[in-house]
Amino acid sequence: MKEYIPVAKGTVTKYVFIESVSMTPGDLAIRAYEISQGAMIKETCFGLQVTGTADEVDRIVGALRALDPDHIFVKDRGFPPGDPRRCRADRGGARPGFHGHEFEMSLIRHVSAGLEHIREGKDSEKTEPAPAALPPEDRDKKLDASRLKKIIEALES
Amino acid sequence: MAKIFIYPGTSLILSDLVARFGHTPLGAAMAIRERVQTAGFESPPLQITPEEPKKGLKYAAVEVPSGVRGRMALYGPMIDDADAAIIVNEADLSFGCMGCARTNELLVFLVKKRGIPVLELMYPRTDEEGIAFVKRIRDFLENLGRKE
Repeated sequence: MKEYIPVAKGTVTKYVFIESVSMTPGDLAIRAYEISQGAMIKETCFGLQVTGTADEVDRIVGALRALDPDHIFVKDRGFPPGDPRRCRADRGGARPGFHGHEFEMSLIRHVSAGLEHIREGKDSEKTEPAPAALPPEDRDKKLDASRLKKIIEALES
Repeated sequence: MAKIFIYPGTSLILSDLVARFGHTPLGAAMAIRERVQTAGFESPPLQITPEEPKKGLKYAAVEVPSGVRGRMALYGPMIDDADAAIIVNEADLSFGCMGCARTNELLVFLVKKRGIPVLELMYPRTDEEGIAFVKRIRDFLENLGRKE
C-alpha cells in the first residue's frame, strides 16, 4: 500500500455556474480575480471553480452571485481543480459528474424563471396576465431582447 | 439553519437552492471532500478504503454488494445527521457518481424511514413548473425554520 498525501488540504472548492444573457464565464472570472485574496480561480466553459479557505471562498462566491443572482448557481466540489483522478486532461472523455451538470444546466433556465418570479414579488399572483389582457400602454412597450431570447428558447425546447 | 439532505446528492440545483434559502445542503461533495483531504493509505479514485464497506454495515446487510455498503458509508451518516430532505424523483440524473440504482433506492427508503420532513419533486420542464419548483422549495425551507 502506498501512502496518500492529500493536495490542497483544508481548502474548500466551489463550482460557480452561470447561465446568463448578460454575463459570460470570462466576465465572472475577471471579477473573481479582482476580489480574490489568495484563492485559486479557475475559469471553465460553464463558469468558475474557486478554491481557498472556506471564509474566502464564501466571500468571493457571495460577491459573484450578487452580480446576477437569478442566473448564477453555486455548488460544492469534493476534489480540488486539476486533480488527476477527476480532471479530463489526464483521463480522456468527459469528467465524471459532467453529464449530471449538463443535464441540470439544460433545465436551469426554468429555475431562474422561478427565482426571478420570487424576486420580483409576484408570489401572490396566481397566473401571469396574457398579453392581450395587458393595458394598452404596456402593450406598446418594446419587447426586451432578453425576453425575446427566452421566448425563442422556450419554443425551441 | 437546518441540515437538508439532497437527493440526487450531486444535484447543482438542489445544492444551490438550499444554500440560497439559508440552510446547509448535505450532498456527495462534502463526504468526498472529507475523504480526499484525509491522509492515509492511497485508495483511488475516491479514497474509499476497505473500512468504508464495514461502516456501511450499519445501513445495509452483509450480503449486499460492497459497492452499496461503501456508498452508504458516505451517505448514511448524512441521512442520520439531516433535519429534513428534498428528493427529486427522476432517474435521468442518477448515473455517474449517483450511478448505483440499488444505493439510490436504499437512500430514499432510509430518508423516508427516518421520519424527517421530506419534500418530493420532479425536475421542472417549463418556466411555470420552474416557478412552482422554486416556490415549493422556498416554502418547505421557510416552514422548517418556523418549526425550529
